Amino acid sequence: MVSAVSLQKVSRHFGLVKAMDEVDLEVMPGEFFAMLGPSGSGKTTCLRLIAGFEQPNAGHIEIFGERVEGVPPYRRNVNTVFQDYALFPHLDVLDNVAFSLMLRKVPRRERHRLAEEALDLVRLAGYGSRRPGQLSGGQRQRVALARAIVNKPKVLLLDEPLGALDLKLRESMQEELKALQKTLGITFIFVTHDQGEALSMADRVAVFNDGRVQQIGTPEDVYKRPVSRFVADFVGSSNVLVPDFVYWIVGEKRWASLRPEAIHVMAAGAGASRMTGTILSRSYLGPVIRLLIDLNGTRLHAAVPSSESVPAEGERVTIGFAKDAIHLMEEGEK
Amino acid sequence: MSVEAPAVLPNRRGALGGLSDTFWRRPRLLVLLLLIPAALWLGVVYLGSLLALLLQSFFHIDDFSGLVVHELTLRTYAELFKPQNADIILRTLAMAAAVTVASAVLAFPVAYMAARYLRGAWKVVFYLAVTLPLWSSYLVKVYAWKLILAKEGILTWLFGVLHIGPALDWILNLPVIGGNSLSFSFIGTFLVFLYIWLPYMILPIQAAVERVPVNLIDASADLGASPLKTFRHVILPLALPGIVAGSIFTFSLTLGDYIVPQIVGNGRLFIGQVVYTQQGTAGNIPLAAAFTVVPIVIMGVYLWAARKLGAFDAL
Repeated sequence: MVSAVSLQKVSRHFGLVKAMDEVDLEVMPGEFFAMLGPSGSGKTTCLRLIAGFEQPNAGHIEIFGERVEGVPPYRRNVNTVFQDYALFPHLDVLDNVAFSLMLRKVPRRERHRLAEEALDLVRLAGYGSRRPGQLSGGQRQRVALARAIVNKPKVLLLDEPLGALDLKLRESMQEELKALQKTLGITFIFVTHDQGEALSMADRVAVFNDGRVQQIGTPEDVYKRPVSRFVADFVGSSNVLVPDFVYWIVGEKRWASLRPEAIHVMAAGAGASRMTGTILSRSYLGPVIRLLIDLNGTRLHAAVPSSESVPAEGERVTIGFAKDAIHLMEEGEK
Repeated sequence: MSVEAPAVLPNRRGALGGLSDTFWRRPRLLVLLLLIPAALWLGVVYLGSLLALLLQSFFHIDDFSGLVVHELTLRTYAELFKPQNADIILRTLAMAAAVTVASAVLAFPVAYMAARYLRGAWKVVFYLAVTLPLWSSYLVKVYAWKLILAKEGILTWLFGVLHIGPALDWILNLPVIGGNSLSFSFIGTFLVFLYIWLPYMILPIQAAVERVPVNLIDASADLGASPLKTFRHVILPLALPGIVAGSIFTFSLTLGDYIVPQIVGNGRLFIGQVVYTQQGTAGNIPLAAAFTVVPIVIMGVYLWAARKLGAFDAL
C-alpha cells in the first residue's frame, strides 16, 4: 500500500538552525497521525513542508506516491486547519467555507449547499451568515475545520487546532475530531505539544525533539516503551532513572523509565523493599494524588489513587515496584 | 527592624496626586476634558465656518448692483448647471478621478512591497523616500515640474536623445488632453497632481496591507488559490479600506487645488480656480460658496458608494 505521506531524509534549515534534520516518516492512508513535541522541535515545520509553505533543503516528500518538491501549496490536494484558524475576516462563514469551491468555479448554489453540509458536519448549521469576528473561539475552530474538509482533501493537516480552547471545550473537540475522521476516512496529521491529546486521539504518534523524530509508534508503545530519556520525560511524565540507580536494581548500567502509577507507597518499614524515603510534596489531582518522594537524593514521582490513605508531607515511607515495571532505554555512562 | 509598609500608600504628590485619583475614580471626566479642545475646534471653528459658507451659497448676487442679496434662494446653485460651469465641474471631476486611479495603480505595488518585504532600516529608507517630496515647498515642486515638462525642458530632450521624439508629438497631438507642450496640457496637470499626491496614497495602502495577516495568504494558497487569485480574493478586499483612505486624499486634494492647474495646464479652469477668482476679483461670494459645496457633495456621494460596495467591510 502506498503511504499517504512519506518523508525520506527530509531536512529543513533556517540559516544555522536545523528545524528538521533527516526526518523519515510514513503516514498510512486513513490514519490519525499525531506529531508531538515541545515548541521548536520541528513538528510545525514538518507540517508546513507537507502543506507546501516551506521547501525542504534536502530529502524527498511524497503525497500518495507523488513527489511534491517544487509543487506550490495551491496545487496540493492537502488542506490545513491553522493554529489561529486564519479565517477571512471580509467573508461571512458560508463564503469562508465555500472559498476553495469558489476557486474551483463550483456554481454559487451548489457551493453554498456543500458549505452548509460541511457546517452541519461540524455542528454549526445556521451560522453561515455570520462574520468570523462574531464567533467564539470554539466556533471559529469549527469553521476552519469545515473550510478545510469541504473540498474532501487527500490529507488534512491540523496545526495545534485545539491549543487556544479551554480545557472542557478541548476535550469535547478531541472526541468530535476523532469521530469526524472516522466518518470522512481522510488521513489526519495532527500537530500538538500536548501529550495527553496526542495519546488519546492518534493511531500513531511521532515524538519530535530538536528537529529529529525520536520515536514513532502507537500511543501505548510511546507511553510504555519510550526509546529515550526525552520521550520518557516528555510523554507521560515518567520517572527517568539514572544508570547508577538502575544498576543497583537490575544490574545493568542503562537509563530507564518508571511510570509514577507503577510505584507502590507504603508506611515505613512495611513490605520487603529496602527503599525508604521522605515525602517532599503532594498534589491532589482528582482521581490520583501525586507524590514527590526523596530517596536518598533520587527524586521519584508516584501516583497514588486518592481513595487510598496517602501519607502526609514529611512522612517517611517505603516504596516498591515490580522489576518489570522498569523499562530499560539507552545505555549510559553516567 | 524595618517599618512595615502600610496596605494603602499615602498620597505624597499633593494636589496633582489628588487629581490623578479623581480621574482614576471618574474616567469619563478625563475623556470629557480631553474632548473639549477637539470639540471646540471641530465643532465651532471648523463646522461653524463650513455652515457659514453653506449659508452664503443660498444667497445670490444682484446682476445690476453686484451686491449680495441676503435672502434664501437656489438661484446660485442653478448657475452651476450653466454649460460653462458644468464643464468646469466635470473637468475637475475627471481629473480627480484620473489622478486617483493612477495613484492607486502606481502606489499599490510600492506599498505592497514595503509592507511585505521591507524590515528595519530598509523600512525607514522607504518612509523617508516616500515622504521626502513633502519636505520641500509645494510651490517649488510645481515650478520644478513646469521646467521639466516645458518644451525646452529635460523631458523633451530625453525623448529626443532616445529618438522617440515622434512619440511625444503623438501624445501632444491627442485631442483634449494634448497641447502645445506637456506643461501646457492636461497631461502635464495630471502628471504634476500625480506626483504631489502620490505619498498620500502610498502610506494608507502600506498600512492596510501590513495589517493583512500572513497566515491568511497561506490559508488562501492552501485552499487552492494561485497568487493572482489570492491577490484578487484576499489581499485586495482587505487592503481596500487603505485604498479608499488614500483615494479620499488624492481625490479631494485634486478637487480643491487651484495652484497646479494655474501653473501647469492649458488655461482651462478647475473648481479651485473658480472659487479663488469668484470670491476674490469677481466678488461673487455666493457662487464661490456654491462651487465649494460641489466637492463636499461629491466626497459624500463617493464615501456612501464606497460603503455600499463593501469597502469598509474589513474594518
